Amino acid sequence: MGLASGMESTKDNHNNVVITSDGIPLKKKLAKSLFQSRLRAFGLVAPLLLLILFAFVIPILIFLSRGVYNNTFERHMINLTPLISSWDSNSEPTEAMFEALVLDLKAGKKSKKIGKVATRVNRELSGTRSLFTSSARKAKKLKAPFKDSLIKANKKWDNLEVWRAMKLTSISVTPAFLASALDMKYNADGTFERKPEERRIHLQLFLRTLEISLIVVLAGLFLGYPIAYLLASLPVRTSNLLLILVLLPFWTSLLVRTTAWIAMLQGQGVLNDLSVVFGLATDEDRFSLIYNKTGTLISMTHILLPFMILPLYSVMKTIPPSYVRAAKSMGATNWTAFWRIYFPQTIPGIGAGGILVFILAISFYITPALIGGQDGTMISNFIDFHMRKTLNWSLAAAMGGVLLVLVLFLYWIYDRVVGIDNMKLG
Amino acid sequence: MKIKVLILSAVSSIALAASAAADSITVVSWGGAYTKSQVEAYHKPWASSTGNAVVSEDYSGGLAEVRAQVEAGSVTWDVVDVELSDAIVGCDEGLLEEIDSSMLPAAPDGTPATEDFMDGALNECAVGNIVWSTLYAYDKTKFDTAPTTMADFFDLEKFPGKRGMRKVAKNMLEMALMGDGVPSSEVYDVMNTPEGIDRAFAKLDTIKDSVVWWEAGAQPPQLLADGEVSMTITWNGRIFNAIASEGQPFGLVWDGQIYDLDLFVIPKGSPNKDAAMDFVKFATATKPLADQASWIPYGPVRASSIPLIGTFHSDASLQMIDHMPTTAEALKNGVQNDYMFWADNGEELNERFNAWLAK
Repeated sequence: MGLASGMESTKDNHNNVVITSDGIPLKKKLAKSLFQSRLRAFGLVAPLLLLILFAFVIPILIFLSRGVYNNTFERHMINLTPLISSWDSNSEPTEAMFEALVLDLKAGKKSKKIGKVATRVNRELSGTRSLFTSSARKAKKLKAPFKDSLIKANKKWDNLEVWRAMKLTSISVTPAFLASALDMKYNADGTFERKPEERRIHLQLFLRTLEISLIVVLAGLFLGYPIAYLLASLPVRTSNLLLILVLLPFWTSLLVRTTAWIAMLQGQGVLNDLSVVFGLATDEDRFSLIYNKTGTLISMTHILLPFMILPLYSVMKTIPPSYVRAAKSMGATNWTAFWRIYFPQTIPGIGAGGILVFILAISFYITPALIGGQDGTMISNFIDFHMRKTLNWSLAAAMGGVLLVLVLFLYWIYDRVVGIDNMKLG
Repeated sequence: MKIKVLILSAVSSIALAASAAADSITVVSWGGAYTKSQVEAYHKPWASSTGNAVVSEDYSGGLAEVRAQVEAGSVTWDVVDVELSDAIVGCDEGLLEEIDSSMLPAAPDGTPATEDFMDGALNECAVGNIVWSTLYAYDKTKFDTAPTTMADFFDLEKFPGKRGMRKVAKNMLEMALMGDGVPSSEVYDVMNTPEGIDRAFAKLDTIKDSVVWWEAGAQPPQLLADGEVSMTITWNGRIFNAIASEGQPFGLVWDGQIYDLDLFVIPKGSPNKDAAMDFVKFATATKPLADQASWIPYGPVRASSIPLIGTFHSDASLQMIDHMPTTAEALKNGVQNDYMFWADNGEELNERFNAWLAK
């Protein structure tokens, strides 16, 4: 502060420059010391910045780029790629293309990369994997004219569909994975079409993920609001004790809480046993509370509840009780005092809790994986499926990209409707 | 390239996990009773004869971890027990070390290894160890008359109760077709037509609401024991062990079984390649393969091991040879998993299977 006012004083007297005791203009000296302090501040945060940059931002960007970039074919089929990219997709493939293909198959067999190419093309046109691997095994013995000998080795090479699939995969920068993440198919002629009904799955999963997240937010608000109010209005000693009860599960491992819910909800679990004892269900016909959407909703709501309660509590704590008393003294009913005076002041807490829970819920993964069954799984479980099981990392990246855009879009809407400044964590 | 390597290693936490010490190798398998059989028959004797230690890790199949490790250049698994289709795909993709099958030890009577192993058990990158089976088991206490055919598994009226099935398309589609009356010898012909696939999904539709889906091999015996299901698709060895060592009242139905091979592979770039190679050589010799069969009824892939198969390790009255997937009774209406079919169509069918599951 003192430095800043000093700067202003030099501005005022810019005609006669103020000199410090060692002969340097004050302005310069000031700038230097400001720069040094900024540098020091930057030096202090630099390790964290570098960590975030290299361990978080760059890997995510590189991984997301896999969703639109896959050069498997281009990298391993170096002879065929230039030829097939200038092919018109409809005429008969030429002898030169066949020759290039045989050359690449031979090289691929030797470098053992043909399997990667085969997997890549097989994703465009199912049933072609073994066409590549078996032809690569025979490629060494094939003789010119290559068109005839290759078709003789496997007549599928005569099928234009195979060549169109190769042309599609030879283009490294492709919207095909993004299209697939949205249940669309990208065709060789540059058009998009919806996938056949029995193979559509992702859109439905995105919608379900949104639905589950929204329900968890609403349920959390419904359950958490009264608790937060209670915590905020009780004397400090009691409320601190109760706060421990909120924080204890919050500090417990996510996995432990999820497994605890399995013990509670399963067919032979605590809740069902109690229901049988109290005659709510029969022993043969127990409630299905787990391995479905119900189970996912119950346990996710419980797990995320503290994230709703804590922001609400910290906002409510700052609301002077005298406002509500004042409203009542002027004749407001309990409801009016709450709805007109108290509730509007808690909106920043609702906003903070809501967006926190929503963003955590939309990417929830372990809980739905363990207790989601079929209709309780979310989009993140499918991203994981493509990461670990099918190894289709490009599709996983595309799905992750779509999810990221979706979250940013919702955040933008939230900002427009509620206003992000109107959010308080305490 | 360096950055890419850095990032890939960050992505795969497995790759960052502590790497084994130089004088020990990490052998990865499917866990449970199966891993136990391998520890007893392969790991312990090999460790005591060479002085090297073996670290045993579990996984649930697939090539993803191997791929992540190889691509990140940080391989921590030395030997992995994989299914035949994965051995072939992994070899094609260059993820696995080549294994020269001529260096494998000959049978005791001098038959060279290349003639002693059954078809498909040896390839460029893999050495087979067992034949195992996917079939269904049932809880004897739930039914008055025992189920005997694959069709019974899909018959909810005659045999009420929940069903356990593996959450993959592979083998579940074949079983649906066999349950719908397709003879085992024609299953893959039918599966190669679009109508056949529709038929398989239509059959699965009939029991969908009663299915509990499992993912790890240890789950089906547990589901049966907990009473969560009355019948479940399972792997024959696990159920046999639940019956033989825990005395569970389970029965096995061999009708419609699908048998497959498991093989040992070495991920490319394994830091203990020589020791790993030595382990594979040791484990797939005639005697260890036969020894392993006394811990779990998975059939050895070497012809010379068959006569050496003994009795169950804790019950001398159980002749293990009678419980193998390769007995005449088991093969009557059984089929070998068609790895080519699944290498070609697996991805598309799993996609459809998942879409079907999510409906």
